[in-house]
Amino acid sequence: MAGSTPASPIAEAELATAAASLAAAAPARRKTLGGEAWRRFRRHRLAVASALILGLMIFAVLCGSLIWPVPINAIDFAAHLQGPSLAHPLGTDDLGQDLLARMLYGGRISLAVGFASMLIAVVVGTLVGAVAGMSRSTVDTGLVWLIDLFLSLPQLPLLLLLIYLFRSSLRRLAGLEVGTFILIVVVIGGFRWMSVARLVRAQFLSLREKEFVEAARALGATPWRQVVHHILPNAFGPVIVAATIEVANAIIAESTLSFLGLGFPPDIPSWGRILYDAKDYLDIAPHWALFAGGAIFLTVMAINYVGDGLRDALDARRVL
Amino acid sequence: MFNYLVRRVLIALPSLLGISVILFTVLALAPGDPFSELANDPSIPPAVAAALRHKFGLDDPIYLRYFHWLVAMLHGDWGYSFASRVDVSTLIMQRLPTTLYVLGASQILALCVALPVGVYAGVRPYSLGDQIASTLALIGFSIPTFFTGLVLILIFSIWLDWLPFVYRTDISATGFAWYWAYIKEAIMPVAVLGLFQGAVWTRFVRASVLDVVRLDYVTTARAKGLAEHTVVLKHITRNALIPVVTLVALSMPIVFGGAVVTEQIFRVPGIGSLLISAILNNDTPVIMGVTFIFSCLVIVFNLVADLLYGWLDPRISYR
Repeated sequence: MAGSTPASPIAEAELATAAASLAAAAPARRKTLGGEAWRRFRRHRLAVASALILGLMIFAVLCGSLIWPVPINAIDFAAHLQGPSLAHPLGTDDLGQDLLARMLYGGRISLAVGFASMLIAVVVGTLVGAVAGMSRSTVDTGLVWLIDLFLSLPQLPLLLLLIYLFRSSLRRLAGLEVGTFILIVVVIGGFRWMSVARLVRAQFLSLREKEFVEAARALGATPWRQVVHHILPNAFGPVIVAATIEVANAIIAESTLSFLGLGFPPDIPSWGRILYDAKDYLDIAPHWALFAGGAIFLTVMAINYVGDGLRDALDARRVL
Repeated sequence: MFNYLVRRVLIALPSLLGISVILFTVLALAPGDPFSELANDPSIPPAVAAALRHKFGLDDPIYLRYFHWLVAMLHGDWGYSFASRVDVSTLIMQRLPTTLYVLGASQILALCVALPVGVYAGVRPYSLGDQIASTLALIGFSIPTFFTGLVLILIFSIWLDWLPFVYRTDISATGFAWYWAYIKEAIMPVAVLGLFQGAVWTRFVRASVLDVVRLDYVTTARAKGLAEHTVVLKHITRNALIPVVTLVALSMPIVFGGAVVTEQIFRVPGIGSLLISAILNNDTPVIMGVTFIFSCLVIVFNLVADLLYGWLDPRISYR
């Protein structure tokens, strides 16, 4: 685009050096796509820091129960509503249960919900977007109408409605923990595929007319091969960025549901559920709510920054 | 102009119908049955239960039931709340003004934050001010509304004791004191919702100002010797707002989600908290009504966005 402003501060300064180095060493060593993306990603300091924080958190919730082997439901009324101490680094809740253990367990659930919902959203969105982008007929019009319809649905009320309606039967079917997990993941993923679908469709519309796809078509590639080998790999950059943001959105959605008392039951303490239990003790035990909310906030912000960094790293058209 | 409006309304109607189909399908597919208690009750013979089911049309095919429901809705017969013992439409009409008041005030606050900050940051990209604004915006939209609400309650109600954290409709004061109490109790809900939306929209506005700020016509406007504020206000902002309007309309469903959460935290007696209490009380007609109202509001805001779009972008004609 003529005269457009680069979306990242490093771009302009780098433009000159990149051009100079390009002139000086034209036959530079061959760079792989992944290596190139990593080089760009590293330039976004906050994104790297966020990726580190995120990695630490994932490690902590996966292996934390080995390092801090305190049961999440050991009730101790003598030590209830205590602030942080050596015995309980994050304090205790109203039943004297250790908050660090509960937070580690809850983080596992919150992150699992985030990633699983993102997977559902990306798979459904890619499918719908690809079908819409490849078909030129009424199928495309119909799918676009469907996307717009889903975008204008009031999401949170419908989420609450679906969970209220299907909660008990799924719990009977698959057990308390698994049933709730499946329901929440499917419902959140099922309401968040639209942005991915729009992105994929827009990418397909422009990519399918590009010369390399035309060449593949001329060589007799089937539509399936065109999509899988030529269009989809090129369309995936923005999808990965959108997928990152979807993880953050899904974590917020799950904690919102749990915070409203309609997510996980009290014996499965996801971060939102801990916050829901903590909100009635805000005046005497603020640490309880602050740790749980702070964990959600930190995770979501780290994921958003990683998304920002990936946006810079994966846009192949930008010189960085 | 009038024709344009009519055409947009006609385009919006199928979406509303689609939403109602989705809502109805969800409720019809849901396990559980209003007559399941009858079936389990040994004192009611199965024949009576079957006759009741037949009388209320539960044995009809699903499309017939949908049309019955739709006709009733169009007649204004929204059903009867089991929990509150009043008509759903009366209940919603009682609650709706509070929601609209809080939502409207928060959206105005959001625009008052997002427009100046976003334009400022976009006009001076990568300056110190822009970096501070962008960081604050990213932090702002990473904090979930329920956490901001709790933190505000903790600071302003519990530690400082400045603001009430329960929204009351039965304020006993009169005159000026009444207005002051009325405004005071709305400050925190409005701030929570408004600042979150403001952060989201600041990013939209900044990105969209960045897109237009170096286009040739802006350079031309500067070369003509126009004052800087004229360039920024009339040439940059007006054109940058065109995509923002669409994004704002698209984010309305999320705004309503935030409204449900905020009303629940501050106990604002709006339709969001009505929805939660209806869900907790298994009050199906109210749930249907409130969800449908939310859908209607989303569609209405999309319509408003379409009209604004025509006003902002003269290339779109109203014909």
